[in-house]
Amino acid sequence: MDVVVLQLFNGISVSSILLLIALGLSITFGLMKVINMAHGELIMIGAYTAYVVQNLFTSYMPASLFGWYFVLAIPASFIVAFLFGLVLEMGLIRFLYGRPLDSLLATWGVGLMLQQIARSIFGAPNVGVTSPEWLNGGMTVLGDVVLPYKRLFILGLVLVCLFLMYVYIYRSHSGRRMRAVMQNREMAACLGISTRRVDAVTFAIGSGIAGIAGCALTLIGPIGPSIGTYYIVDAFMVVVLGGVGKLVGTVFGAVGIGLSNTLFEYWTTASLGKVLVFLCIVAFLQWKPSGLVAMRSRSLDN
Amino acid sequence: MRSSAKGGVGMQLRTWTSRRLWLLAVYAASAAVLFCAPLMLSDFRLNLLAKFLAYAIVALGLDLIWGYTGILSLGHGVFFGLGGYAMAMYLKLAASGGRLPDFMDWSGLTVLPWFWKPFESIGFAIAAGILLPALLALILGYVTFRNRIRGVYFTILTQALVIITTTLFVGQQAYTGGTNGVTGYSKLFGYSLASPETKRWLYFVTVGVLIGAFLLCRFLVKSRFGKVLRAIRDGENRVRFIGYNPAIYQMVAFAISAGLAGLAGMLFVLHVGIISPSMMGIVPSIEMVLWVAIGGRGTLGGAVLGAVLLNSAKSTFSESYPDMWTLFLGALFVVVVVFLPKGAAGLIGQLRGIGRRKGRESDERTSGVRNPAV
Amino acid sequence: MSERVESVILQCDGVTVDFDGFKAVQGMDLTLTRGELRFLIGPNGAGKTTMLDVICGKVKPASGKVMLRGGVDITRKREHQIAELGIGRKFQTPSIFPSLTVYDNLEIAMKQNRSVFAALRAKLRSGETDRLAAQLEMVGLQGKADWRAGGLSHGEKQWLEIGMMLLQEPEILLLDEPVAGMTDRETEKTGELLQHIRKTQSIVVVEHDMEFVRSFASKVTVMHEGRLLKEGSMEEVQRDDRVAEVYLGKRRDADASRSTA
Repeated sequence: MDVVVLQLFNGISVSSILLLIALGLSITFGLMKVINMAHGELIMIGAYTAYVVQNLFTSYMPASLFGWYFVLAIPASFIVAFLFGLVLEMGLIRFLYGRPLDSLLATWGVGLMLQQIARSIFGAPNVGVTSPEWLNGGMTVLGDVVLPYKRLFILGLVLVCLFLMYVYIYRSHSGRRMRAVMQNREMAACLGISTRRVDAVTFAIGSGIAGIAGCALTLIGPIGPSIGTYYIVDAFMVVVLGGVGKLVGTVFGAVGIGLSNTLFEYWTTASLGKVLVFLCIVAFLQWKPSGLVAMRSRSLDN
Repeated sequence: MRSSAKGGVGMQLRTWTSRRLWLLAVYAASAAVLFCAPLMLSDFRLNLLAKFLAYAIVALGLDLIWGYTGILSLGHGVFFGLGGYAMAMYLKLAASGGRLPDFMDWSGLTVLPWFWKPFESIGFAIAAGILLPALLALILGYVTFRNRIRGVYFTILTQALVIITTTLFVGQQAYTGGTNGVTGYSKLFGYSLASPETKRWLYFVTVGVLIGAFLLCRFLVKSRFGKVLRAIRDGENRVRFIGYNPAIYQMVAFAISAGLAGLAGMLFVLHVGIISPSMMGIVPSIEMVLWVAIGGRGTLGGAVLGAVLLNSAKSTFSESYPDMWTLFLGALFVVVVVFLPKGAAGLIGQLRGIGRRKGRESDERTSGVRNPAV
Repeated sequence: MSERVESVILQCDGVTVDFDGFKAVQGMDLTLTRGELRFLIGPNGAGKTTMLDVICGKVKPASGKVMLRGGVDITRKREHQIAELGIGRKFQTPSIFPSLTVYDNLEIAMKQNRSVFAALRAKLRSGETDRLAAQLEMVGLQGKADWRAGGLSHGEKQWLEIGMMLLQEPEILLLDEPVAGMTDRETEKTGELLQHIRKTQSIVVVEHDMEFVRSFASKVTVMHEGRLLKEGSMEEVQRDDRVAEVYLGKRRDADASRSTA
């Protein structure tokens, strides 16, 4: 029983990270019909940013302040990944609008380059990030189940991000513009919305969130240049499962995949678990081919 | 307008026949070069070329599904790998001579798993190497195309297929050899795989299979079947309203494509002597796509050219400058997709066309020229 | 009695289409007899195109039936099956296959066995080449058979699509604004063609060009807000007060309140 609770908890914490990663993917695909395979490398960038912030703290700050580096690392990861996203959007993505397959290939090339650059700068072996003192240990529930503070912290971080995203998309002016462009690009442009700006900002925000996800991953384990590739395919499956363009679908997709991944791997082996999850996804798609939440369209080729 | 169009027909007819002659000459020259290669290349180089030609067979299959049908598969590494494992299992069993293959012994197995048994027969191994990938593709196609899961959704599913297959093969070490894969065999029908004679012989087999695969693909794309495939690429729904069921066509094309990849995998194992999960992973799978992209999707000659060119470049540079190679590979993806969507074949066509047409024309307007499909 | 039933080729009963809560068509009935040329008119957003979508299987209705030849309910069939049963559709925007040649477009559209196996072995027989040549001639593209269809002008694409549909030999043709964007001369030619086709096949035409509709002595069905408003000859329809109101009085409101056509 205790083990199951712990597994469920782990599953949810995996889901929450997947959710952070998938959010950006889902929004950019919904908005620009662009698949960003370099999204995984934005995670990597976020993770290395946290690593650099940590190193800066050990070098230049008094040891007593070290515990606070992580608080600074989160916004730093966001900003660095945001800027990378902005550059990527303006330099490449905008030439590939509406060509999902081409954008997939081109951004995969970008990802490959980013990985190589990271390897040149930080070296090929994984590096560890020391978690701040106050995140060690855990909370004891149900007698003897220990929920690690790190994972609880990640969960909280994700909830905050999700809430901010919700407010941004559904309650702010920029969010409304974004939804307008997503639903009808031409009409939105006619009404004076700068679709270029909306695209660029949205893409950058999605990238920034991936950066936060990367930052969160440093709490779980060591990081390396190819850390993004471990998560990117699962994150894409979240998008496939949840449907495109709606926050709700992404949340359900992430929880579904995160939980089933953890549970299947617990019940069987890591390799068989992955196969079972894949089969479940395919089976689900037989029932709902366009994912949990689908937008209907009347055009002939869609 | 009408009269000028009539004048255009005569010209089209001429350019069309000259194009045909030109292509025929290129084919003949390529075949001649391939058959003479053993005279000019060292054994080492010849073996490399044989490997690249096996890759070219994968590229042909990928082109059929991507270039002609518009479906991007990032899962061809799996089909290639399945073919490779089928051949490797036969070779391994032959090499073990009735005993349990060494890696099974290490993993504590005492009897040969049931699904290994039939691979004692070369006939079964060859059939499985082609049919297993085709069957897997057929099943994946059935559960996706029938439900109109296509475009990037399909592509992402194929990539997930790669991940789960490689994890499965790594994880089931006792049955698959795990990360090391299946290796440690040196003989085919009693002939040493390492001897120059066998290598030369295998080279010619590969050239023969490649030509066969090329002719098969050429027949397919020239047939009405191929026209329907291209129609599906242009407008899948429209094809439906004419009365075709696109899902069946897509499934068949995907299965043929996978079968070709499996065939290539078998030849690869004969040339290289090993197959392992890392050879069917995400990176090799997507590199296969780059071969086609760089050669020119939608032209069979381009696919073959792309596979040979890119792999030659890789073997030349990657050993001495592996870091630079990765960067170059990444940049190549970006450049090809953004600036050269039709690849090298498109570039050649464009250069040839400059003499006839004034300046560059957009895709929509290259109307007078027959579709440069091979 | 039996003769009357026999002459009905298509019968739509209480068709309702629901787009996520928006009822594009509500309980629409439509009966088409053999050899009939029927016009479907109405203001923007009346559900005309959606009605064609239902008949050809592109849209599945929430309720209602579409019976073909009195026997088969085609709302349960897939698009390609409906096409094989003899219903051809021409879309509003020309939808041809741009990377195929004009000739190949016609070749794959031609009535034939459409299985994969048949397509692999298919060879053009002399009867078929004659038919293709005749069709090319009819749509005025005989000089451009080798052109990539994507390079044709808008009007030529329209004609190519009409040619493809005729080669399909459907029993019922569904045309969505066939003369939109055509010159007067082309419109006239389309009119002649429709008169010719109706001798052997049934046709449903969605049309906005009233002048064009008036030039045929045919039954007209007026739709408004997803419902049947009036059915009858053009004169009867024009005399109807409600039709006049929909078209003249409320037109501005109707246009402003809907963006979908």
